[in-house]
Amino acid sequence: MKALLIRDIRLAMRAGGGFGLALGFFLIVAVLVPFAVGPHGDLLSAIGPGVLWVGAMLACLLSLDRIFQLDFEDGSLALLATSPIPAEAMVMAKATAHWLTTGLPLVALSPVLAVFFNAAPGAYLWLPVSLLIGTPALSMIGAFGAALTVGLKRGGLLLSLLVLPLYVPTLIFGAELARRGAEGAAVQTPLLLLTGISLASFAALPFAAGLVLRVNLR
Amino acid sequence: MSLWEYANPKKFMDLSGRLMPWLSWLTAGFVAVGLIWGFFFTPDDYRQGSTVKIIYLHVPSALMAINTWLMMLVASLIWLVRRHNVSALAARAAAPVGVAMTLIALATGAIWGKPMWGTYWAWDPRLTSFLILFLFYLGYMALWAAIEDRDTAADLTSVLCIVGSVFAVLSRYAVNFWNQGLHQGTSVPVATGNRSVDDVFFIPLVIAMVGFGLLFVTLLLLRTRTEIRLERLKALERRERLA
Repeated sequence: MKALLIRDIRLAMRAGGGFGLALGFFLIVAVLVPFAVGPHGDLLSAIGPGVLWVGAMLACLLSLDRIFQLDFEDGSLALLATSPIPAEAMVMAKATAHWLTTGLPLVALSPVLAVFFNAAPGAYLWLPVSLLIGTPALSMIGAFGAALTVGLKRGGLLLSLLVLPLYVPTLIFGAELARRGAEGAAVQTPLLLLTGISLASFAALPFAAGLVLRVNLR
Repeated sequence: MSLWEYANPKKFMDLSGRLMPWLSWLTAGFVAVGLIWGFFFTPDDYRQGSTVKIIYLHVPSALMAINTWLMMLVASLIWLVRRHNVSALAARAAAPVGVAMTLIALATGAIWGKPMWGTYWAWDPRLTSFLILFLFYLGYMALWAAIEDRDTAADLTSVLCIVGSVFAVLSRYAVNFWNQGLHQGTSVPVATGNRSVDDVFFIPLVIAMVGFGLLFVTLLLLRTRTEIRLERLKALERRERLA
């Protein structure tokens, strides 16, 4: 499982177009929004946390097909399925690798992008914290969606249609946590709920994703 | 003699074939009585005027929109555990009915909301969760449509339905987080026990609700029968190619 994790991280970093692409996309979204709504400081600082959360979510979504699709195409997914580690553990390792190569860089970049949004002082702490807690759930839910669509030829659009509704609770609590943190309001409730979603996703979804993978590989 | 006997497509077709005409007429009767009574023979509300009458479409369709998903969840579980084909086909057949009910509920709500709340749409918890439910239906149907192999599709959509149910419930409570919103509480005494609606409005409403429930069952049987016939047709075509 550790070997698989390291392999996936290495693949993501060395194969072109994976690692930096999601970050670049996140940056572009964050830069385009002020162009679209105009350079009004108050407005930008009000919508900033939400926009950055949507940006992070979309950046996650775009890199989801990397989790299983390439391995499915070159046959290594079938090999992995016959290996001694169960499919559930494989999903867990791959989702973790996806988070480490996509979610974590987004967390690191987010305070920089908060500057573009004229963010309140609290946002520099709470936006990264909310992303740090919330993006593991995005990776795990995404891995489930990717497992559902792995056998399909043009799964990309379908994947977003399936995964985005599942992202709704994470997005609501994540953006709420970032917003409350930025305004200096009480953060405990969304903080606990967001943590709960992330932990529950990692606890339960590998089983669903593993089941689905086995169906797709039979 | 148990319910599971009707998991056999042949027996299901026989029974549903015999039930269909009765059910159709009963449905037509209940829906017609409920709606006509509701629309033409109830007094106008003293504050809402005649706009109150949209309730006879709105409440029953909203009720069925949620219960259709519930039925799909049960059918998906049955398919995963006992692998009865009719169950998987029934879940697939139910989804478009559920989408239609969700759309009716959203549209009638918007039409009523404009004169009463002064807006077609508000990001109110109930409205938002219905919109999310609509998105779940779309994803579910898209997944069915995308996969060629029937058994694989049934497996995948079943898992999606179960996981989706958890997240749909989660979303329902997540949107509560914003505020209580515009939508009034329930008028129908299921959980609370006290009713805010007078008999004059309530009796036709109950009839309309029963009518929509029957409408769902009728459409579900009809569509499941179509799905079974489609499967038979496909099997025949396969045999033809092999011969």
